[in-house]
Amino acid sequence: MDFIEEANKKVLEIIQSAQPTLIGMGVAKDVVPGMHKHMMLHAGPPITWEKMSGPLRGAVIGGLIYEGLASTPEEAEKLAASGDIEFDPCHHHSAVGPMAGVVTASMPVFILENKTYGNKSYCTQNEGLGTVLRFGAFSDQVITHLKWMEKTLYPIMKEAIEIHGPIDLKNMIAQAVQMGDEVHNRNKAATSLFIREIASSILKTNSSKEDQVKVFDFMNSNDHFFLNLSMPAAKASLDPAGGVKHSTVVYTMCRNGTEFGIRVAGLGDRWFTGPAAIIDGLYFPGYSMADANPDIGDSCITETLGIGGFSMATAPAIVQFVGGTPQDAVNYTTRMYEITLEESNSYKLPPMNFRGSPTGIDIRRVVETQILPVINTGIAHKDAGVGQVGAGVVYPPMNCFEDALEAYVELLDDEGLLD
Amino acid sequence: MSVNELFKEDLKIINIGLESFYTELKAQDIPSIHVQWKPFAGGNRKMASLLGKLKSSK
Repeated sequence: MDFIEEANKKVLEIIQSAQPTLIGMGVAKDVVPGMHKHMMLHAGPPITWEKMSGPLRGAVIGGLIYEGLASTPEEAEKLAASGDIEFDPCHHHSAVGPMAGVVTASMPVFILENKTYGNKSYCTQNEGLGTVLRFGAFSDQVITHLKWMEKTLYPIMKEAIEIHGPIDLKNMIAQAVQMGDEVHNRNKAATSLFIREIASSILKTNSSKEDQVKVFDFMNSNDHFFLNLSMPAAKASLDPAGGVKHSTVVYTMCRNGTEFGIRVAGLGDRWFTGPAAIIDGLYFPGYSMADANPDIGDSCITETLGIGGFSMATAPAIVQFVGGTPQDAVNYTTRMYEITLEESNSYKLPPMNFRGSPTGIDIRRVVETQILPVINTGIAHKDAGVGQVGAGVVYPPMNCFEDALEAYVELLDDEGLLD
Repeated sequence: MSVNELFKEDLKIINIGLESFYTELKAQDIPSIHVQWKPFAGGNRKMASLLGKLKSSK
């Protein structure tokens, strides 16, 4: 089994040496590989319109209206069901998207590059909380806000990043996890650090003071602004691990609101899926688990890297958002060391006596210990158009890991590597 | 040490297995620790066999 350990060592070297860096912005159809006017990217593993849950359908409807491909929700539903729209996972296009994760051709995206390996990743700008597309809302207010992000926020951010030059996101995340963020459901410190870094460049852009103020106010009002940078940073860090032969390390975890999916480095692009779970957490007043959609979003790419729920110990304040106590947060992180192969050499957690975050999920350890990766997440309403109804903690279905293990053993058997 | 002598001392209890033993002790204010433990591969014979094959791979 030395070759398994060698392969996993190589994957961990790839992950530990990644240098995710923000290098610019562009419009999806111009920069995202394979993107076109009638393509719609979504979170999670592949799914058809027929099997999409409420919030993903809502985001698709909103996306088609935003693109001008439909003028009413009814028209949008008809178009989505017609087969004329190509649905594909963000993950098949070097992209990630929170919650529904819908990316359409005209949406501006951040462009990141892993400076160590040269691979890129993409993510839209975060819309803020409330009634937003990523939770399946598609009202006029949602579309108007998306247009403001395209016409005002994007040109200013793009120019500001050009003026500033590349921004080292690994360093920024490393600082944020020592300031109480785990950069999945808590991005307050990271967003603050980003604003501090980009502020003078925004002031140097060729834009009106009024628009600059609006951009600052928007970023300041949105603690999750950095989520759409931490996610592609994790994606850019993990992608080069995909395809390392014989590795048992997970390099993708995601969900589309119907199914949870994982990919394992040694098994390439193959998806292993199971039913997405209902989330145990804190619900906003007036809502309960009965209103919840199953788990949705690409945001657990953060947990795949070892931050997010895996690093909850460093973000004790988050338990007020997702439920539990600070000791629970420490327990979550402690447990994740049981199913990972290394500790991060960059993301150090003060409450764990500066241990590195648990890094490199091994499917063998998950199946052997029956300890599932922990994910903290927002909860979308099950109906299209409603939005977020809470936040909590959730786990992948065990069968994803068991099926992957079975496929892995079959692969080795086929190659004559088993006794 | 005989059993009778053991119970005259301050007991330090580590519970492995059924959690109800731990909760009963806790309810009686007896200091104890419950070890989170599951059988190998959760007792799933097929998974245990697959993991075993990997340990004996070339």
